Amino acid sequence: MSEIAFSAEAMEVVKKIIKRYPEGRQKSALLPVLHVAQAEFDGWLSPEVMDYVASILEIKPIEVYEVASFYTMYNLQPVGKCLLEVCQTGPCMLNGADDLVAYLENKLNIKVGETTTDGMFTLKTVECLGSCGTAPMLQCGADYHENLTNEKADALIEKLRTDNKRSRYC
Amino acid sequence: MGRKILLEHENVPGIETLEVYRKMGGYRAAEKAIKSMAPDDVTEEVKKAGLRGRGGAGFPAGMKWSFIDKKSDKPRYLVCNADESEPGTFKDRYLMEKIPHALVEGMIVSSYALGAKTSYIYIRGEYFYVLRILEKAIAEAYEAGLLGKNIFGTDYSLDLYVQIGGGAYICGEETALLESLEGKRGNPRMKPPFPAISGLYASPTVVNNVETIAAVPHIVNMSGDEYAKIGIERSTGTKLISASGHINKPGVYEIELGLPVEEFIYSDEYCGGIKDGRKLKAMIAGGSSVPILPAHLITKTANGDARLMTYESLSDGGFASGTMLGSGGFIIMDETACIVRHTWTLARFYHHESCGQCSPCREGTGWMEKVLHRIEHGHGTMKDIDLLVDISKKIEGNTICPLGDAAAWPVASAIRHFREEFEYHVLNPEKIKDPKHFEKEPFVSSVTQNA
Ligand SMILES: Cc1cc2nc3c(=O)[nH]c(=O)nc-3n(C[C@H](O)[C@H](O)[C@H](O)COP(=O)(O)O)c2cc1C
Ligand code: SF4
Ligand code: FES
Repeated sequence: MSEIAFSAEAMEVVKKIIKRYPEGRQKSALLPVLHVAQAEFDGWLSPEVMDYVASILEIKPIEVYEVASFYTMYNLQPVGKCLLEVCQTGPCMLNGADDLVAYLENKLNIKVGETTTDGMFTLKTVECLGSCGTAPMLQCGADYHENLTNEKADALIEKLRTDNKRSRYC
Repeated sequence: MGRKILLEHENVPGIETLEVYRKMGGYRAAEKAIKSMAPDDVTEEVKKAGLRGRGGAGFPAGMKWSFIDKKSDKPRYLVCNADESEPGTFKDRYLMEKIPHALVEGMIVSSYALGAKTSYIYIRGEYFYVLRILEKAIAEAYEAGLLGKNIFGTDYSLDLYVQIGGGAYICGEETALLESLEGKRGNPRMKPPFPAISGLYASPTVVNNVETIAAVPHIVNMSGDEYAKIGIERSTGTKLISASGHINKPGVYEIELGLPVEEFIYSDEYCGGIKDGRKLKAMIAGGSSVPILPAHLITKTANGDARLMTYESLSDGGFASGTMLGSGGFIIMDETACIVRHTWTLARFYHHESCGQCSPCREGTGWMEKVLHRIEHGHGTMKDIDLLVDISKKIEGNTICPLGDAAAWPVASAIRHFREEFEYHVLNPEKIKDPKHFEKEPFVSSVTQNA
């Protein structure tokens, strides 16, 4: 494995984030910096990446592990290039979330939690994303895809395949 | 047309920019407050306005501000709660996305009132695109000298930052939020001490919801007394309601507090009635945590009075026949909805989101999810229904933070009002195997039949 290090650009971002907090409170930067790390290193946080983040923030590795494992947006395992996060909570369920999940499972030939064999898509169900009025919906990277129908889901999958880019929150 | 304050300019093209926001009167309140009012005068106006917290609990904002420890020699902080993860709630997102400067100006005025020199907006991780919108607005404000050193040429200086979360509902609880902002797991703290005494970095801190903070500049502009004239009694002002579920026009609406629930659901100005002309079955008024109400208690209280969109009227009858305004997450269910299935998804949600610190919440939420799953999938027994009530009682009031109550209430209230439907599930395991059972044949309870 090559040496883990942020690109110069990402390092700039990280330094700016750390400056937001008072002296000695650089641990406050942990959540935002983990997002930067996840975007930099293939969409997930390996133990090596977490150790690297710990060294930058001058905190213990365990302080990073316990946080990364607490919050749902940090992936502790590799994921497909595009992570499809379908909301399944009550209000979305009322307007077709179950059907959307079933449709995607069928279309991608995977179950929730799995990744397609070509490594392109991982399907995940998540809890309310604050988009209940535009259900059913899914999030892919920073983008919200709302009021989904089977046709719209088809078009989205098609587009993501053509773009062939890793989805990222930041 | 109802009175609009927060969303008055929602459809003005370019309102997300500083230029247009200012043209529409934006940052007048910030200038007025910082140049011509003492910080305590601002707090006084907020008190007079009767503004209550819009994040869910409805605690009077001015009173909360006056609790801040002024004797402490530590810096004071204002932290805006933009975690918005309560199922059914998407109003803060709408406001921040449409009119980001409304929140930025609110942060400036409120920070000034509290004597905060550094303030943070904590936004849920999934709202990354909203974070970008806010960052842009904040950069514009810095550029124009509305943030940073010596605002409006006075000696008041303020730095404002947005912190992104990592995906955890519990971080909406104010002390969990502060833990998270310190770079830790979102485990709620024991109270007391309250944040006003020991909050962020053990310093005096106020945490307020996005909508609460965005209302402050309007109060400064029109005066607290004028604001208090809007609404009814102790429910002053306007409230953003995010409406979802089986209605014709889901979306975010600003209502004057006091609007009849019936008008909100059926008028074309708001929800536009029930989808496909079907019958109303249930309503959750204030986000998933508040008790669900059955049709006959939605537009009227148990006494037969018209139910109004106010803190008081919605809670009329206590939990026996009332609910709460909460966050304003308004979820409507028609006759095709399965209450058991909906309740099960909520139980799963709370189980997933429990931080795991207290055993009643950690174990109880998982247990409720399991039992509800069983009933919804045709393997339940009559005893399971009582078991759910028993578990909910054992969680309620026995936990560090209110997430335990928030998990217990939806289950307890669903059984209170829809017990027959739970029994139907137990008695008809074959029929309810189809998750869309009630879409084909709506369930009619004896209560609805007689109503
Ligand atoms: C589990 C839980 C989740 C909460 N989520 C939110 C939230 O997403 N947004 C919010 O403003 N308040 C939320 N609250 C309420 C906050 O703890 C706090 O009361 C509120 O931010 C105070 O602001 P306000 O007085 O302006 O409403 C939550 C409370 C609990 C117990
Ligand atoms: S009630 Fe639940 S969420 Fe709140 S502190 Fe206890 S375990 Fe955590
Ligand atoms: S329930 Fe799906 S976005 Fe709220």
